Amino acid sequence: MEIRPYGDTLNDGAMQLSFTLPVPPSPEAKEAAKQLIHRMGFEAVSVVHMGDLGEGFSFFVIYAKTPVAIDFSAISVPKVDAKHMGFYAINDYIRQEIGRKVVVLGACTGTDAHTVGLDAIMNMKGYAGEYGLERYPEIVAHNLGSQVPNETLIARAIELQADCLLVSQVVTQKDVHIPNLTQLVELLEAEGLRDRLVLICGGPRISHELAIELGYDAGFGPGTLPPHVASFVVQEMVRRRLP
Amino acid sequence: MPNLHLDHEKIARARIAAKRIAADIHGVIAAHTTTAVERTVARLFGIDGVDGDGVPLANLVIEDIARGGGLSRGAALLLGNACATLALSPQQVAELLASGRVSLTKLPFRPDAAQATADTYADLALRRIADRRREREQLISTLGEGQRPHLYVIVATGNIYEDVTQARAAARAGADIIAVIRTTGQSLLDYVPFGATTEGFGGTYATQENFRIMRHALDEVGQELKRYIRLVNYASGLCMPEIAAMGALERLDMMLNDALYGILFRDINMQRTLVDQYFSRLINGYAGIIINTGEDNYLTTADAVEAAHTVLASQFINEQLAHLSGLPDEQIGLGHAYEIDPDLPDSLLLELAQAQMARQIFPRAPLKYMPPTKHMTGNIFKGYTMNAMFNLTSVLTGQGIHLLGMLTEAIHTPHLQDRYLALENAKYVFGAARALADDVSFIAGGKAEQRADHVLTKALLLLMQVERVGLMEAIEQGVFADVKRGRFGGKGLDGVVKRAPDYYNPFLVPMLERRYLTGGEA
Repeated sequence: MEIRPYGDTLNDGAMQLSFTLPVPPSPEAKEAAKQLIHRMGFEAVSVVHMGDLGEGFSFFVIYAKTPVAIDFSAISVPKVDAKHMGFYAINDYIRQEIGRKVVVLGACTGTDAHTVGLDAIMNMKGYAGEYGLERYPEIVAHNLGSQVPNETLIARAIELQADCLLVSQVVTQKDVHIPNLTQLVELLEAEGLRDRLVLICGGPRISHELAIELGYDAGFGPGTLPPHVASFVVQEMVRRRLP
Repeated sequence: MPNLHLDHEKIARARIAAKRIAADIHGVIAAHTTTAVERTVARLFGIDGVDGDGVPLANLVIEDIARGGGLSRGAALLLGNACATLALSPQQVAELLASGRVSLTKLPFRPDAAQATADTYADLALRRIADRRREREQLISTLGEGQRPHLYVIVATGNIYEDVTQARAAARAGADIIAVIRTTGQSLLDYVPFGATTEGFGGTYATQENFRIMRHALDEVGQELKRYIRLVNYASGLCMPEIAAMGALERLDMMLNDALYGILFRDINMQRTLVDQYFSRLINGYAGIIINTGEDNYLTTADAVEAAHTVLASQFINEQLAHLSGLPDEQIGLGHAYEIDPDLPDSLLLELAQAQMARQIFPRAPLKYMPPTKHMTGNIFKGYTMNAMFNLTSVLTGQGIHLLGMLTEAIHTPHLQDRYLALENAKYVFGAARALADDVSFIAGGKAEQRADHVLTKALLLLMQVERVGLMEAIEQGVFADVKRGRFGGKGLDGVVKRAPDYYNPFLVPMLERRYLTGGEA
């Protein structure tokens, strides 16, 4: 099935775009914006707004139509492979299938100081009406907070006999999160711990695909709620027969 | 909207409790000094620069004093003594020390000459800072300034020269205040990096040279726009007072400066940062720098409705701690935030009640109002509307410092156009609703009043609880932001030293007395 963006007619290809050019606003700047979008393959390019950002920059809002279509039936996206369960179902599952409490450690590692995502998953109160992992009677959740060095996280994982590590990375400017996430995997492998843990990363710019590529078991992006993470953790533990 | 009927008895009782909490913790503060406080004294004496390995000379000096067991007496006396004995300036002493040819605690100690010399260098620093302060006052009176709420935007490219371009563009688009966000992790560095920097993550290093570069750029664009543009940085983390001193010397106008924030969100040891905070606020107060406190952050972890009273309680405590450092109300930018869940019915009403309540309880403080962040999702269009509601609340309740929300919050550090759109949004809403505030009022006994009274009552109860156990114990119990911190935990405790009976810091008294400041109040 071939699809294009939808404006008001099926497959009309209508798209909205906005961006800044490093030249002051002028008829030439407007034409440059138009040609840029044209060169990208768009048709019916219409510059609907040009603004002056100062310091020699101009801002554009553009509508255009793309002739490009995508075969939707050929799309395949790696997804977290776990049945979604709720708070009570997860706790029951742990009691029946694992038979002991599951220990989860969460941390914002490296220099990252943004705990808002981690807190949404871990904190008692949770987020958007879903309790956080700290509230789960069958989960022992430790939130180590921000700026935790990978080495410290591993030391704490050994000390607390963790089953799962949740690593949150928010600052992704210039891809600073990639080496940090990779280093954790390498350190865990060197310590012989990788196979004994469910390893998860999350953050606004993290996808499951990226997580798998970096050697994690799963990655969770924006909109993730605590039971999404917990469902995966407990099913993955059972699947891998982690003791 | 100056007419929310609040219970003045409750406000007075809350203030008394906060005053007792602050006085209690001040006893601990006044008995200690820290490596950062003493490095600040060294910097104020004119010690600048780094050694061959990039270690700041201020750090080398304090390490030398600490090794010799002299830290408890303060760096001022030992530096004064070295200058008098060797007939060198503090900078020359530091350079000699860096080359390994002198150790400050090993020189013969002559107390009178040491103190007299320390006082001379302190005097020079005080006069320099007082000059910078007068310079600011003069610029504001000749250039003028934007109307309140002042529009505050952030630049955070990591490269100070790129920051300059973005800051100037923002000023031209209407920004009154520019904050240069620090690179992630700088709060945990126990030294201040040196020189102009072009590499940072999620922000740009706070260095004295970077301060100078941005100050110059904003002065230039301010002249052109005929509007004084304020510059902000972060006197927080392990180098809190050093950065305050650098800001005082380079005429920064605002500093984020809040020990509670560092304790809760950066896991900095509470004793360390409370001692550091006292001196940094003293410097900020003297330099005419407005501090910004960090209560807004509580609501990024705790719920905005349930935890609203913790913000108010913390504002009361921060006000009293600031007063102890000699900060007048006009320099206390108490923080709060529009972090309410947009799906909650009547969220605007609840936020209006909270913002108006803060406005009336702290009538002279330039309240620092922070935009939605927690519930920003990546739907930039909805986010833009949430920011408009935040802008409306701010102008209707007369906030002082208005940090603009970015429609791309939670996506990336702002692109040039994001900041421009935010300014356009705020200018539109402020312009549309400014006079409305004078013409409408809350209904007596209505929902907003009930909400404000509820928050005030809970804040009072919390303050009474904190007063009973003390601030440190309260933090250990996790009273603020649902975060618990121990008094012996966290980073930087090893830099805390008990003051000796002959401890001397030549800045403490003159700064509180506002020496060399003419014209009285800020």
